[in-house]
Amino acid sequence: MTMPMLTRRALLKGGACALAAVAAPPRFLARAALAADARRKVLVAVFQRGAVDGLSMVVPYGDRDYAGARASIAIRAPQAGDAGAAVDLDGFFGLHPALAPLAALWQSRTLAVVHACGSPDTTRSHFDAQDYMESGTPGVKSTPDGWLARAAVTQPSPTSPFRAVALGPTLPRALRGDAGAISLASLDRFDVRATSEAAAARQGFESLYAQSVHDLLHGTGRETFEAVRMLKRANASRLAPANNAEYPRSRLGQSLRQIAQLIRADVGLEIAFTDADGWDTHVGQGAEQGQLAARLRDFGASLTAFTQDLGDRMSDVIVLTMSEFGRTVAENGNRGTDHGHATAMLLLGGGVRGGKVYGRWPGLARERLYEGRDLAVTTDFRALFAEVAGRQLGIANPVSLFPGWTGGPQLGVLS
Amino acid sequence: MSIRLVTVLLALCVLASGASAHAATPTPPADDAAIVHALSRLAFGARPGDIERVKAIGLAAWIERQLEPRRLDDRAVERTLATLPSLPMSIAELHKEYPRLPARDKSADPQMTPRALYERPPPEKRPIRIVAEMQAARLVRAIESERQLEEVMVDFWFNHFNVHAAKGEVKWYLTSYERDVIRPHALGRFGDLLRGTATHPAMLFYLDNWLSTRPDFTPRFGPNRGKRAGLNENYARELMELHTLGVDGGYTQKDVTEVARAFTGWTIDRPRDAARFVFRPLVHDRGEKTILGLRISAGGGQGDGERVLSLLLHHPATARFIATKLVRRFVSDEPPPALVERVAATFRATEGDIKAMLRALVASPEFWAPEARRAKIKKPFEYVASAVRAVGGHVDARAGFALARYAAEMGEGLYGAQPPTGYPDRAEAWVNAGALLARMNFALALTQGRLPGVTLDLSPLAVDRGAPDAALERLLVALLHGEASAPTRAVLTAQLTNPEIRRQTPDDRGPADTDVEKLAALVIGSPEFQRR
Repeated sequence: MTMPMLTRRALLKGGACALAAVAAPPRFLARAALAADARRKVLVAVFQRGAVDGLSMVVPYGDRDYAGARASIAIRAPQAGDAGAAVDLDGFFGLHPALAPLAALWQSRTLAVVHACGSPDTTRSHFDAQDYMESGTPGVKSTPDGWLARAAVTQPSPTSPFRAVALGPTLPRALRGDAGAISLASLDRFDVRATSEAAAARQGFESLYAQSVHDLLHGTGRETFEAVRMLKRANASRLAPANNAEYPRSRLGQSLRQIAQLIRADVGLEIAFTDADGWDTHVGQGAEQGQLAARLRDFGASLTAFTQDLGDRMSDVIVLTMSEFGRTVAENGNRGTDHGHATAMLLLGGGVRGGKVYGRWPGLARERLYEGRDLAVTTDFRALFAEVAGRQLGIANPVSLFPGWTGGPQLGVLS
Repeated sequence: MSIRLVTVLLALCVLASGASAHAATPTPPADDAAIVHALSRLAFGARPGDIERVKAIGLAAWIERQLEPRRLDDRAVERTLATLPSLPMSIAELHKEYPRLPARDKSADPQMTPRALYERPPPEKRPIRIVAEMQAARLVRAIESERQLEEVMVDFWFNHFNVHAAKGEVKWYLTSYERDVIRPHALGRFGDLLRGTATHPAMLFYLDNWLSTRPDFTPRFGPNRGKRAGLNENYARELMELHTLGVDGGYTQKDVTEVARAFTGWTIDRPRDAARFVFRPLVHDRGEKTILGLRISAGGGQGDGERVLSLLLHHPATARFIATKLVRRFVSDEPPPALVERVAATFRATEGDIKAMLRALVASPEFWAPEARRAKIKKPFEYVASAVRAVGGHVDARAGFALARYAAEMGEGLYGAQPPTGYPDRAEAWVNAGALLARMNFALALTQGRLPGVTLDLSPLAVDRGAPDAALERLLVALLHGEASAPTRAVLTAQLTNPEIRRQTPDDRGPADTDVEKLAALVIGSPEFQRR
């Protein structure tokens, strides 16, 4: 299991040397090679809870049925001089104008899109669909653990309590299981706080949870104190954003800011998870401006700040965004959209073969729609997740992360 | 003695009669451990002296009293709540007292941003204050009210019929939603909750039904003049998935669309003022509908939605779904199927009589079974309330605000669950590193007297300060009712040699002084106290 990882690192070094021979390599490649053994690859998953409208996020303006289905919420097709319209990607798809800051990543080919991606399961229940996407087993509710937790435990490497971390007040389904993943809402507040003698209280609580009882509480307690000690040493929260990165004050912005701190503090982070909500736009979704635009603006600004903050370090990091399903192709009676089927997922960071929209486009003509109303799924989310986890986390057989699935065609989103 | 026995027997007869004839009713145990268990499930934990009080009236009689909350004197808590002025207000009054944006009068700088304008009124006049007062009231009631089971059920049903305070107009409707719909029926009939929520502005707004119209409707005047409106499926789907049938209840996407059609016209009159339910025939889809195989003929008007509610109320999947959730709340994260079936049968036999279902629950051996004891991890709200109760704390409204913030830090911001599922009722949702630390920090803040508005007298627990072993024993009895595990006991005993817990006098000769406050925090932060 460690072999692919060594190979990848060796390649990274070799690649940097080869480049150096012909031209001065980008500084980050050289530095990445030097530090490759001390640093780990990191996968950051961002869950857009509530079902993001993929057709507004990555707009298929070239589809002739797009604008007609959405009288008041369609995003204007890109046009020279129209800064408020979609930002063209490839002559067929465009980014929502509120995501314009991400266009630079597209240009530098570190941002890729997988469109018409989703679950083979037919549910339009937020709860079930999120559950399936996080367990990695569409249609099966009894799966005890999450796919990212399974990804974490396939790693035999020396583990850190910060190997798998969720930013937020609760541990998401994707990280539940035997991975010992921790969740925290704030690095600053992640310690025992007392008016006096906090150390004694910390030690007291730690012993209470240190007993060798195998239950959820004790296991979590043990990991918690290990993490508290490590975080104290690393002092990650002292790290101010680098490269003038400015994070939005939103929950997503602040979560990504702290994930960047953990990465830069080298605490052994490999899998990070956070979520962003507010995507369930049944009413007044808006077009170039409005409710969804505001959420996307925050989404784009947070991701942009994150890549800016990490700078060269992004060569070790991949951000994968996901959402439980998409929304109806046609707008509903309230200039919003109801629960649909496929959506778009973004991939950005080092090793992403960006500048391309992946996945077969099923089309928006009525007879092409799933159940006559929704964008059809042409890429099973498991194919994307498996490919990303396999390459980024060095998992030899990533198909096994998804019980009951026999695998699918490679998308080739990673180099 | 014999009089008390008769009382108990009588009470048991009442219990049995309500529990329907599906199972022979076993006698609930009435030992101290059973009382502790009942207080941890049917109330927010035991206060000092509660075990003796319950014993005095008998456990079965205590349960019966809890099932009739109107007969319990709760004037003390009402006096505390009277300091929260928004609680009795109508929706119209709330709009007036906590305006969404104050008018731009002459004193306002025309350059003021909406945010600055919003912050012009003092904090106690801003709309967010409505939610803060609701949160405070919930904590005050959970800690101080005599009507404990009612409070447990208000929490349960609000969560079942969740609305999110931060969505648009909901915060002005929230007070009425809980006060006028959830609380009056929390121990009543499920059908009243179903109909009450379906017609309350809070639910109509939260799940968007107020905007749903027949597909071909085009308003002839107003801001959306000339723009075609149409169906919105949001409420229809969650009504079946989350309020009644459950996601596996056997409905299809077609059913969702048909139910949405049935509820067109169920909307809100004057949403930014008095906000009342109104049926508007003009936007209602008059056509025929077929829902779960039942044909609803054309022209039914408001009756369409009412028929749907009745159909769902009487559907066996609903009985099963509600029974499962009740058993999960009161017995175990993994509801025993036989018990679910019995409670579901009670639902069917009584048309969703909540008291009857609760009687069936407490009459079941599963409720009292050893494996059910301390089997549930307390939700943050339950943890905070039970901790304050356990140490005999009393709270005013100010404490309610502070305690709500602690519960939020542990992951349960009251009225803050954004998805219509509400908050989960399973351990793994609440046990994680950050939340566990937040619980420990709360325990320290509580026992060290750092919570504003919490009146706490730990002196009865600290009479043995000079004798550390006795002090610890007293704490274990008071807070864990002697149910500390051997390892926990050993760890806490070892703490007694910690110089920061057992402080010697400067000359090292005088009696030891035990830091009972910190020791109590350790007990409240211990694994055992996270369970109920």
